Amino acid sequence: MNTGHTQQEIKFSDESLELVRNIIARYPQGKQKSALLPLLHLAQAEFDGWLSVPVMDYVASLLSIKPIEVYEVASFYTMFNLKPVGKCLIEVCQTSSCWLLGAEDIIKHLEKKLGIKVGETTKDGMFTLKTVECLGSCGTAPMLMCGAQFHENLTIEKVDTLLTDLKTEGKRKTYLDEVKIDKY
Amino acid sequence: MGKKLLLEHDNVPGIQGYDVYRQMGGYASVEKALKTMNPNAVVEEVKKSGLRGRGGAGFPTGMKWSFLAKPDGVPRHLVCNADESEPGTFKDRYLMSRIPHLLVEGMITSSFALGANTSYIYIRGEYYYIVRILEKAIAEAYAHGWLGKNILGTGYNLDLYVQVGGGAYICGEETALLESLEGKRGNPRIKPPFPAVKGLWERPTVVNNVETIAAVVPIVNNGGDAYAAIGVGKSTGTKLISASGHLNKPGVYEIELGLPVEEFIYSEEYCGGIRNGRELKAVVAGGSSVPILPKHLILNTAAGEPRLMSYESLADGGFVTGTMMGSGGFIAMDDTTSIVKNLYTFTRFYHHESCGQCSPCREGTAWMEKVLHKILDGHGTLADVDLLWDLQKNIEGKTICPLGEAAAWPVAAAIRHFRTEFEEFVKNPTRIKDVKHYYRLNNLPEPVM
Repeated sequence: MNTGHTQQEIKFSDESLELVRNIIARYPQGKQKSALLPLLHLAQAEFDGWLSVPVMDYVASLLSIKPIEVYEVASFYTMFNLKPVGKCLIEVCQTSSCWLLGAEDIIKHLEKKLGIKVGETTKDGMFTLKTVECLGSCGTAPMLMCGAQFHENLTIEKVDTLLTDLKTEGKRKTYLDEVKIDKY
Repeated sequence: MGKKLLLEHDNVPGIQGYDVYRQMGGYASVEKALKTMNPNAVVEEVKKSGLRGRGGAGFPTGMKWSFLAKPDGVPRHLVCNADESEPGTFKDRYLMSRIPHLLVEGMITSSFALGANTSYIYIRGEYYYIVRILEKAIAEAYAHGWLGKNILGTGYNLDLYVQVGGGAYICGEETALLESLEGKRGNPRIKPPFPAVKGLWERPTVVNNVETIAAVVPIVNNGGDAYAAIGVGKSTGTKLISASGHLNKPGVYEIELGLPVEEFIYSEEYCGGIRNGRELKAVVAGGSSVPILPKHLILNTAAGEPRLMSYESLADGGFVTGTMMGSGGFIAMDDTTSIVKNLYTFTRFYHHESCGQCSPCREGTAWMEKVLHKILDGHGTLADVDLLWDLQKNIEGKTICPLGEAAAWPVAAAIRHFRTEFEEFVKNPTRIKDVKHYYRLNNLPEPVM
């Protein structure tokens, strides 16, 4: 199991560092801590989909804040993974509207199809299955999110096609991905 | 056909881009405000319009704006609350992804009215793809001189940025949002001081919902009186309703406030009735936090008057027989729905989203979830139903922010209107078929069978 990144391999690409500078410039002098959430998103997307301690320390150094200020924030927000995840993190909404229209069946099917339980990662490191609370897609329920892409009006068949497509593509999905927009 | 102010051009091809938006009269409110009005005149129009906060609280926007402190030499900020996370609500997502320039335009006009020179749109992290849509719209606005220095040669400067959250419902509470925007955990602040006095970086700040800010555009264009002429009583203008659940046509609808609930549910213009020809059982009218109402009380008030989609009519009867407009998250449930199970999904939600700062909410939401789980699992007793009632009573009004109430009200209303269903579960424990699955679903260790 991947226990974490080593200090040496952690440095943003030049492109990302440029973006980091732009983000910090959005806030008044001395308020660079405001850039923390955007930077954590950037770091998670660039360093294998999760935030290891060395990655968080790196972000702290970029913002000249204490590491604990990063840890306490990263552990508060649902979207930041503090453990390694598969290339495709499947986040299935389970709140009211999605539940009313069959989210439980979708979750059961995913567990069966992937051979894992909620919270686990497939052996090949391809998929991690997670249940989440309302993602604001209630009118197109049931839904799941993978990377930045919403997959809506789900049926068992749609889920199967999606899994096949994701597997064929084999790429890591991140929240920063460009997405294709169907309805909205 | 109701009047549309926000979604009037929703179906115009290319409305997402600057050129089409401008052709459809876009950015006229910025021209009008900056060139022909002073900031106070804009605030006055918003006051006249009777516009109320569209995020859920329904507080008069003009009044909120007039509370903004204006100490010399201290910058002020406008922050748009695009953290839309109330279960059942997806109108802001719709608006931002379909007509992003409407929000950008509203931000410019509103920032001018408040004298803010740097404004932020705080958007929930799960809407990351909309960050791109908004940033593209903002870049177009800069390119055409609507943002930046000396806008329209008036000497007014404004920078607008999108800030992304990290997936926390609580950041929709305005002081938690500001904490998050400062790069901290989303723990709500104790008020006072209110954000209007000490907000973002301790500077005077106004936080408004996406739809509220978008509504400023037609208010400035047509005048506050024209806006106030739409709607009924103190519920002026139009409202975006997110309709979901067992409806034939779920989706986002712009309605004139005062539309009868029955028409909204059953007419072809709106939701088209209940799917599969089933009967309506209950409705959560304003997002998960507001009290659920059974069919007879959502269609008519206790006095037998038709219930209208307005702040006052939905609240008619208080919490005994009424509910709230809230965020306009309208969840309809048919006669196959288990109210107890639906309540469990709400309570699980609030437990997950409690920031943990206040004990009544942190412990109470967890406890309520456990008790509901026990009842659903067929191990409940009648005393558990009373325990739930006690628990919600002990959360309500005892927390720093309204998440406590938001978690308590759905429990109270479900028991108030559907107590027999809870008792049914307790008296006839139909055990769910696969207990192990249930445990797994909730990330619990395998039960000993």
